[in-house]
Amino acid sequence: MEISAEREGGVVIAKANGRIDSSNSREFHSGLEAVITDDDSAVVLNFEDVSYISSAGMRVILLTAKSLQSSGAKFVLCSMDESIREVFKISGFDKIIPIHGSQSQALTAVSA
Amino acid sequence: MTMTESPHKHKILVVDDEPDLEPLMLQRMRRYIRTGVYEFVFAHDGVEALEALDADEGIDMVLSDINMPKMDGLTLLERIPDVAPNIRAVIISAYGDMKNIRIAMNRGAFDFVTKPVDFDDLKFTIDRTLQHIREWREALSARDKLVVLQNELNVASMMQQSILPNKFARNDNYKLFGTMQPARNVGGDFFDVIGLAGQKVGLAIADVSGKGVPAALFMMSSRTLLKGAAMRADGPGEALSEVNDVLNEDNDACMFVTMIYAVYDPATGVLTYADGGHDPPLLIHPDGSSTQLPVTDGLALGVLPGFDFLQHSYELSPGDTVVLYTDGVTEAINAEEEQLGLTRLREAFAADPPGDAEDAGHRVIDLVNEFAGDVPQFDDTTCLVLRREK
Repeated sequence: MEISAEREGGVVIAKANGRIDSSNSREFHSGLEAVITDDDSAVVLNFEDVSYISSAGMRVILLTAKSLQSSGAKFVLCSMDESIREVFKISGFDKIIPIHGSQSQALTAVSA
Repeated sequence: MTMTESPHKHKILVVDDEPDLEPLMLQRMRRYIRTGVYEFVFAHDGVEALEALDADEGIDMVLSDINMPKMDGLTLLERIPDVAPNIRAVIISAYGDMKNIRIAMNRGAFDFVTKPVDFDDLKFTIDRTLQHIREWREALSARDKLVVLQNELNVASMMQQSILPNKFARNDNYKLFGTMQPARNVGGDFFDVIGLAGQKVGLAIADVSGKGVPAALFMMSSRTLLKGAAMRADGPGEALSEVNDVLNEDNDACMFVTMIYAVYDPATGVLTYADGGHDPPLLIHPDGSSTQLPVTDGLALGVLPGFDFLQHSYELSPGDTVVLYTDGVTEAINAEEEQLGLTRLREAFAADPPGDAEDAGHRVIDLVNEFAGDVPQFDDTTCLVLRREK
């Protein structure tokens, strides 16, 4: 899995793609870790090109959220399609990780 | 194994009764012997060769003449697999002796060279044979690793199956049925039926994050914790809160489990349930119409300590069926990569209302299997059904 990343100020905008499940969740995790540095003040994970996420992928989101929380960086998600948004809603993960409709909304939220 | 200890040095057993081959070989190959590419050992007939192979597991290949006293090269070829199944043999034959070359190849020789020996050609043949042996051994090692992995997954699968209830108490007031169809990659679904005080019964369905042995272990502890909490707690919300708090201790791996835990009271027909970030239960009326029971705004267990799990109550009417299921049902995938979805499940029961709890459970699994066809499923398919009879 390719995780693409760009930076705006101290904010990383990371983008995953395709299906995230137990067959590639480790790659997803190492890919995310590779694009995030200690100096980043916030991470926006864009779901625009993600078609499916399983519980193994959700666990990576949780690990990332906890690690960023301990280093004092913000972590938000954005641009999910309806089925993925539903997965976050049902599992309650949307209570602990902010989810925004678009990347620009996410960027506004983390720079506030 | 010699190959792993010194990956560049290969030991070759040369078998020939003519005394002049040994000095010639050592002389012509001296450069490769000195640089540690080859090491040669010698035997003078087939019997000696077998003894050498039996005594020294470090021999990688055999280079053998055909005509020798005691045991000839063709007989040696037949015997090699018994003592050293993972080495390869190259035969030295008289020029144009196609008959013996054919016999040798049929008996498993990897290649042949002809007399008088062209040492450049021999070097090429030896390297090609050694390359083949390396690849063969790598394939064997990969296979062994796969077998270990498969055994580990079988353990996870057995753990998962062994804890599921497979007998359901017969009761005039209500019927229960639960079933799980494991995925090819074993996951961490489970369901449970817990007898409670005052004829009440606790019903749980759960899905642990991830797959394999870690998921199976987390599933075991979740299930044990729930059983304990269910018996102590005053209601499903409190039970989930207790399980959640314990799962959050030392959970650096961030494993989590989604769960619905419900308590049914046959005296009143009331189902009280709490939502641990799991798909809401499906309520099917006797006429086939259905609705999702309202969720309680829950959260997966193991994610956030101190979370307050709320609970809802719903009074079932006689003939009402409640289906608890995991996302392996609604996220089953067909050849067109479409998901089964809740709508198809509801339509199936609308067209043909469930006869009883067992019928409903089987039909959920059948629907998934018909929809998926030959497409291997990534997730366990699990459901637990309660039907109020009267």
